[in-house]
Amino acid sequence: MNYLRLLWIFLRIGAMNELAYQANFWVQLLQSLLNLGVALAGLAVIFSHTEELGGWQPAELVALLGVFFLMSGLIGALIQPSMQRFMEDIRLGTLDFTLTKPEDAQVLVSIGEVRIWKFLDVVQGMALIAVALVEIGMRTGLAHAAGFALTLAAGAAIVYSFWLVLATTAFWFIRAENILVIFQAVYSAGKYPVAIYPRWLKLAMTFLVPVAFAVTVPSEALVGRLSPAVLGGALAMAGGMLVGARAFWLWGVRHYSGASA
Amino acid sequence: MRGLADIYSTLFRTDLAVQFQYRAAMVIWLIGRIVDTLVFLSVWTAVARSQGGQVGDFTSGDFAAYYIIMMMMGHLTFTWFMFEFEYRVRSGAFSPLLLQPLHPIHRDIATNISYKFLTLAVMLPTVGLMIWIFDPVFDPPAWAIWAAIPVILLAFLMRFFVEWALALVALWTTRTAAANQLYFAASLFFSGQMAPLSLLPEWLQTLAALLPFRWMLAFPTELLLGRLTPSEVLWGAAAQVMWLGLSWGILGAVWSRGIRRYSAVGS
Repeated sequence: MNYLRLLWIFLRIGAMNELAYQANFWVQLLQSLLNLGVALAGLAVIFSHTEELGGWQPAELVALLGVFFLMSGLIGALIQPSMQRFMEDIRLGTLDFTLTKPEDAQVLVSIGEVRIWKFLDVVQGMALIAVALVEIGMRTGLAHAAGFALTLAAGAAIVYSFWLVLATTAFWFIRAENILVIFQAVYSAGKYPVAIYPRWLKLAMTFLVPVAFAVTVPSEALVGRLSPAVLGGALAMAGGMLVGARAFWLWGVRHYSGASA
Repeated sequence: MRGLADIYSTLFRTDLAVQFQYRAAMVIWLIGRIVDTLVFLSVWTAVARSQGGQVGDFTSGDFAAYYIIMMMMGHLTFTWFMFEFEYRVRSGAFSPLLLQPLHPIHRDIATNISYKFLTLAVMLPTVGLMIWIFDPVFDPPAWAIWAAIPVILLAFLMRFFVEWALALVALWTTRTAAANQLYFAASLFFSGQMAPLSLLPEWLQTLAALLPFRWMLAFPTELLLGRLTPSEVLWGAAAQVMWLGLSWGILGAVWSRGIRRYSAVGS
């Protein structure tokens, strides 16, 4: 409960910080809409030549795009800014202040910075999902919604753990941001179902950079083609990665010797 | 002229040394380009497969050749100044460049070329690997390969001048992110990266011929695929020269005005 209260405080600070720059809202709105337009126009070009892509119908791909934007919004609003700030704190030595606070440092680091305007992507993603579900004519049952919520949570946990592990390497390699560029590049491939990619790339997108779990699996749940095995796999992977990332973080913190040392 | 040649040889030497320090970062930045290529290639290969092996006038092998060449063209012609100028102006890093008795564009040209020269060490093996994996159909006539040399050079120059001129907008406003994004969105469709232009609707193809993007990427790529007639190549080269001249003129006019406007941050 305490952590929820903390998250709420950091959200408020983030909101107040960004409310000072209201023009940024319009810039972000423009950028989000532009991204949406480009993605939809891309799908229009593709589907002017085919009826399905990797076994996905047009409306199903719109749903997948919705999940993609939803997850990008979460990453852009919470995970990425906090992790970048964390790495910057290591470089400058200001992480000392975080470590001396009487709360779990991993929690503090993970919610250290919030970019509220990025939630526009989340809103946009949810709108796309709604439109796609109506188009598909899906009768949404409770099991169906629960499957989507579970896989989405698992996807978010996996992406978070992945970023935490990469960011934690900054304790040893100060310039770790470049590794995150790889994440951005590979994540953008998640706009399309992983089924269309060559085998080796599919494996890399499942286990190396977890795009498949972040986008494709929740989308499968959304359009009602999730198999119990995949659901189990996603949950197991999420649990394993959370535990692993925690262990790696604790090891990394022990390695940190402060600003002047 | 001799003075400028000396300057360039010095710039190349220092730039190569400076950039060689950031080997790992350079390789990582290339991954974005390679992944993008793989994404579009995989999409169109999947479409071709679902359509019985062919979309429009492209088979899977043609798509492979198209995107592998497109990746090389993208690498040879791209610039990053539209992003860097905002930083230069905002941080004041632009001021020392202006103090030198040399137009900053020379330094940027040297940096751009030396970066590409160094990164070819990664791009060429990547191209080799992709040829091995994707099995492209590549059989252009000999004249097309020779003609490609000046066409690629023109594509590089025109893209460099167009983007450098547009980057100067940062002298008026440092909110360039959204405008840049618009430019790259247009480029994605009109330069043939999203799909070969012949697969776009008719009206988009007409628009593409009127905009500069096609002449930067799609035109040299189609030439190297052997899909163009000699007269189409001449018309294309004329369009490139036209855009080069136009952006050169705009750059000159905008530069002198922008410089007068620029005052370093903090002054």
